[in-house]
Amino acid sequence: MIVVENVSRSFGPVRAVDDISFVANDGRITGLLGHNGAGKSTTLRILSTVLRADSGRALVDGHDCARDSLAVRRSLGVLPHASGLYATLTGRENIRYYGRLHGMRGAPLESAIEELVERLGLGAVVDRRAKGYSQGERLKVALARALIHRPRTVILDEPTNGLDVNAVRMLRELLRELRASGRCILFSSHVMQEVAALCDHIVIISGGRVVVSGTPGEILEHTGATDLEEAFVRAADAERAE
Amino acid sequence: MMSAVATVFRKEVLENIRDHRVILSAFFFGVLLAPIIFALTANITSKRVAQTQEEPLEISVSGADRAPNLLAFFEENGAIAKRVELSADEAMRAVRSGAEELVLIVPEDYPSRLRAGEPAPIELVVDTANTHTSGNAERARRLLEGYSRQLAALRLLVRGIDPDVIRPIAVQTLDVATPAGRAALFLGMLTYFCFMSMLVGGFYLAIDTTAGERERGSLEPLLSLPVSRASLIVGKMLATSSFMAVSLLLTLVTFGIVLRFIPLERFGMSANFGWEVVAGIFAVMVAFVPLGAALMTVVASFTRSNREAQSWLSVVLFVPLAPILYAQLSGTKASAALMFVPSLSQHLLGTNLLRGDSIPPLHFVISAGTTLALGVLLALLAVRLYEREAILG
Repeated sequence: MIVVENVSRSFGPVRAVDDISFVANDGRITGLLGHNGAGKSTTLRILSTVLRADSGRALVDGHDCARDSLAVRRSLGVLPHASGLYATLTGRENIRYYGRLHGMRGAPLESAIEELVERLGLGAVVDRRAKGYSQGERLKVALARALIHRPRTVILDEPTNGLDVNAVRMLRELLRELRASGRCILFSSHVMQEVAALCDHIVIISGGRVVVSGTPGEILEHTGATDLEEAFVRAADAERAE
Repeated sequence: MMSAVATVFRKEVLENIRDHRVILSAFFFGVLLAPIIFALTANITSKRVAQTQEEPLEISVSGADRAPNLLAFFEENGAIAKRVELSADEAMRAVRSGAEELVLIVPEDYPSRLRAGEPAPIELVVDTANTHTSGNAERARRLLEGYSRQLAALRLLVRGIDPDVIRPIAVQTLDVATPAGRAALFLGMLTYFCFMSMLVGGFYLAIDTTAGERERGSLEPLLSLPVSRASLIVGKMLATSSFMAVSLLLTLVTFGIVLRFIPLERFGMSANFGWEVVAGIFAVMVAFVPLGAALMTVVASFTRSNREAQSWLSVVLFVPLAPILYAQLSGTKASAALMFVPSLSQHLLGTNLLRGDSIPPLHFVISAGTTLALGVLLALLAVRLYEREAILG
């Protein structure tokens, strides 16, 4: 579970995140929706403890991101928007590296890898070097790597960027599976359809502020729009006009 | 903490060993290029030294008929006189163009003035700017002085005076340079190559593990793992250090083999390069590894991309080499005070070992101590840099 309370962060004169609050519950897929530069990545980076908030607080599974960052990182799985795999290592070595850095060793680690390889259908490629992977294979290995320590909470930064249709479908199925197992999933996107197709809860941010949040139905009601696409544009533009 | 460091270290080593580009550039210089450059230089130098010493001196003499005794003196002393007919202007042009190496001109008034007992003029045309012939010019001048002294002695004898009267002092030069000592000047190049191979050996790792990781987008997920940033960067610096140490060792071993095939003895040098010396130089030099690794990591951490890191690091490569160059040119000798200067102290100690001298234990301790301490300080700085948010670029 993720709780963000009045979080702000500036870079010099630019207020990238301005007093943001939202909650992402377990067993739900929460979408962070906004234009490029709206503050999505900064928010996710504060949650993954790579950046610090200037004010406010962020909690992951009850751990404070600023004060107890190690505990936060232990309970988080992070999928960055570039896969960030090491090209000269095999898929298995990439996954094993992260497992080891999570403190896993020996048989438990190897069986955790094997389990993910099976579930993601990676058997054919996991022992090849990452250099020759297709987009879908890269994504799967990066996901396996992010999930190796069975995190309760998973953060994905623009995971569908640059992916082909098959890879996107595969990812959606996987996220639904993770939701079914009771995990908290937060992912960012600037594509409305992406969020609409998947999310139980949507947080639309613009200019570093939350403009509207709720279930898709609540958002339609709140903005008076007939479809989510229009709701997004209206909400974002209303904020800009202010 | 320690197990995270070990995990990062293992992964960086494995990843970079698999990268042919890294391996090639890391070990190409030390193992192949440096010994080849060294062998070529050594061969050319030894040939030149051997040539100038063995070949008979050849002098072109214009107006040779006017000085038959001088020519006979030349022949007695193993010099070859080549008869030519050149005016002073022609001779100067010939020497300047390189057509003639040395021209001796015997003017028309030479015989008459010699007979009259007046200083008889003789002109030696040389080009001192030509380093190749300056050795021969010196030899010709010495021959002429010898002839002049012989004539003077004869004249004094005729007058019943002991020729030693005009030899108030007799200078004798005693050369104390051991053959290994003479070679050391030349082998000073070797410490330079050692530093180059160390730095080049870690070059790509220092970039790849910092700027490279950021550029490929793998840094951010790495930083969101439950591992302290200090253990990440320490593991990376250890991997860089191990590549540097291996590169240094390979270079020294290759030199140990190559030097067996270079005829250093031919020009009065003997290379003191047994396996104990290889081990000694390694022990002296390896103290520089952490400093070099930390220095390159710190610089690479400031840069935004692989390319930028490469250009900055190419400059940094020369920082440790500057003191060595200065010492080589000014002929600096080892002293306890200089042992506080990293890279210079390793150079001086390494050259001492090559020269066959023992090194004072105190010098070794100061050199290794200060260099390692500075390495730790720079490594701490690298850790601090990694703990900044700006490391994400």
